[in-house]
Amino acid sequence: MDTQEKIRSQVTSNPVVLYMKGSPKFPQCGFSGLAIQILQACGVKDLVAIDVLADPAIRDGIKVYANWPTIPQLYINGEFIGGSDIMRSMYEQGELQKLIETAN
Amino acid sequence: MLSANELKAYIASGLACEHIEVLGNDGQHFEAVVVSSAFVGKSMVQQHQLVYQALGDRMRSEIHALSMRTFTPEAWANS
Repeated sequence: MDTQEKIRSQVTSNPVVLYMKGSPKFPQCGFSGLAIQILQACGVKDLVAIDVLADPAIRDGIKVYANWPTIPQLYINGEFIGGSDIMRSMYEQGELQKLIETAN
Repeated sequence: MLSANELKAYIASGLACEHIEVLGNDGQHFEAVVVSSAFVGKSMVQQHQLVYQALGDRMRSEIHALSMRTFTPEAWANS
């Protein structure tokens, strides 16, 4: 399976997927840490966190997949939602909580 | 070292903007506010993609971390 197919499979077979640097317990970047905090504040139950530092092909491939040059990247029900700025903005407006609820 | 003013100029050269503010003085971490009529009718993802597009390869090389907020002129006037 090539990287793009692998990513497509990851984001479509799991309700909430976060591509991040490090792990939820030990994020390796402030933006990834913020993304995890926001998801936890939204009450996410079934989060799949993928550490891009552990897989260079995914780290490069994910930027192509969503035409988005930065990490973290959040996907809900297969759809690209945004990076940490968009997550924060949607959280402040109460929109992200609703999306997470549909995925829980 | 990349300055906030240089980053501002990079964005402005790739995207017609009504207003740009860029903060950050460590050469690596920046915060930007971008107001452009090119954002009208676009999702937040698409708005950020337009800014990333304006920065092109610089996003991969020079710029380590860019946090941004994007506004249409109307949203900016009401903010």
